[in-house]
Amino acid sequence: MTSRHAPVDNDRVLMIRTTGLRKSFHSGRGRRRTTIDAVRGVDLAVKPGEIFGFLGPNGAGKTTTLRIFATLLRPDSGDAVIASTDLRRSPGQVRKQIGFVAQGSGTNDQSTGRRELVLQARMYGVPKSTAIRLADGVITAFQLEEFVDRRISACSGGQRRRLDVALGVIHRPRVLFLDEPTAGLDPPSRARVWQEVRRLRDDGMTVFLTTHYLDEADALCDRISIIDGGLIVAEGTPSELKREISGDVVIVDLAAPDTAGAPEPATILDAAKILADQQCVESCETIGQTLRLYVDSGATAIPQIMRALSGKEIEPGAVETRRPSLDDVFLAKTGRTIGD
Amino acid sequence: MKLARDTWLIFQYETGLMLKNPASIAITLIQPITYLLLFTPFLKSVMGVSTYGGAFGVYVPSLFAAMGVFNGMFAGFALLAAIRQGVITRCRVTPLSRVSLLLGRLLQHILLIGFQGIVVVVTAIAFGLRVGLGNFLVALVLLSLIVVMSVSLGYDLALLVPNENALVTLANSLAQPISLLAGVLIPLSVAPLWVRNVALWNPFAWGTNAMRAAFQNHIGDPVVWKASLILTGLAVLTVLLSSRLFGREIA
Repeated sequence: MTSRHAPVDNDRVLMIRTTGLRKSFHSGRGRRRTTIDAVRGVDLAVKPGEIFGFLGPNGAGKTTTLRIFATLLRPDSGDAVIASTDLRRSPGQVRKQIGFVAQGSGTNDQSTGRRELVLQARMYGVPKSTAIRLADGVITAFQLEEFVDRRISACSGGQRRRLDVALGVIHRPRVLFLDEPTAGLDPPSRARVWQEVRRLRDDGMTVFLTTHYLDEADALCDRISIIDGGLIVAEGTPSELKREISGDVVIVDLAAPDTAGAPEPATILDAAKILADQQCVESCETIGQTLRLYVDSGATAIPQIMRALSGKEIEPGAVETRRPSLDDVFLAKTGRTIGD
Repeated sequence: MKLARDTWLIFQYETGLMLKNPASIAITLIQPITYLLLFTPFLKSVMGVSTYGGAFGVYVPSLFAAMGVFNGMFAGFALLAAIRQGVITRCRVTPLSRVSLLLGRLLQHILLIGFQGIVVVVTAIAFGLRVGLGNFLVALVLLSLIVVMSVSLGYDLALLVPNENALVTLANSLAQPISLLAGVLIPLSVAPLWVRNVALWNPFAWGTNAMRAAFQNHIGDPVVWKASLILTGLAVLTVLLSSRLFGREIA
């Protein structure tokens, strides 16, 4: 697992550039003092007008990095430049150029969408009449008319999320940060948020988002970066990253056919050991009761896999082969699936 | 200038939300009015005051002090709720002055307690209290200083103990002795000497005594200017302290 980054093109102005960003948290005192290195040297390069996805397992440093960008946390060391502004030297200038939508909503339940939108615009220093005009603008653009004058506690999760994004962009920021923008949304609401994010990108905004959903990263993001243990372990377009994993993936489900019985842990270990030793198998990962094998060609590997398993009298419940997905990239880079 | 503008913005926003829900304001009046109407008769007989007007003169300042202390603790919970809902984070990512988030809310609490104070006094006047307008205004200013101090302390507690359950216990166990030692139930004048000596160190007790002097139309009593000085100094200090805490990398 090597850390590789897209070479920084100096001729082009980057929207976000960080080098060696670090942040540690301390808790406890005296002998019980513990230090957590949440971000251990993050280098990122985000181009203007792209949707950039930031992926990583829980506790990998995603949210910490995002909160540093949003000026909510000060980095311990390293440099960050956002929209040509030095984050450490002038966080106040950065705040004018960015929008930030946190994972939790950030609106007052008792308020209405319109009231929150006007407040949001006014927090950027514009007079009330301008704020009202800006609010009307995003209400039309995001089609919020139906619920914007309703009490927020009476709005659905999808409606609230659209309002959150509208709040984040009311001042036309150059960069929009979204923390898990579709977490907990139903598929139609999710599609709606994707549509809005793409529209913002098409209008020239740079969007930086974190997500737990690899299909979201694949479908929505122009480029992605994977963080693990506070370090960037992969960066590229989704197809570039998938291409790095050559060949096919064979999934062997060891759940016994026709029975509800789960396989013995020993059986899983045995199977993993035999298959990892097969010549056609490049690597093998165990996820619960399934084995994920990376092979050159699924078509030629499956007969060998079946032969090896039956030699040990192991009968798999199901075997399938498919092209590598971001899920496989993630597993290869972090040694984990994203749900872990 | 920017701080003043931002503070006014947050004050307007919070007040607008509060006014949209008049029931929530009415609820804050139930407890003071209940105490005013049901506790004053007890006090009248215990203290041996001859008229209801006199009894109100003794009790209204105590009630003011109690309202000041408990409003402050309540403000801490409101701040914690705003932090939980992410409202504070959302505001901190904008160019808004961060201290204005605190000061705007503080102003709103002064407005609310001013309103409560006026309702309580108007009710008491209907039942026999006699107080000069100037004296009442002095008492309102003292009450505002008390609420600035207690709201700031409430914010400090909420920022230092960001856990609702622990905060309830802590706020209660602080508010009780503070208010008893400020003479909110029985005036300190009838307390044993050692209690009065301890109360000398309680700024809220100074506030109660000064407000009582105002309500009994003894505005020239030295306790009034001494208490004003003490409360102003402490109000400034507590606001500075909570602004500092708030400015740290929290929420």
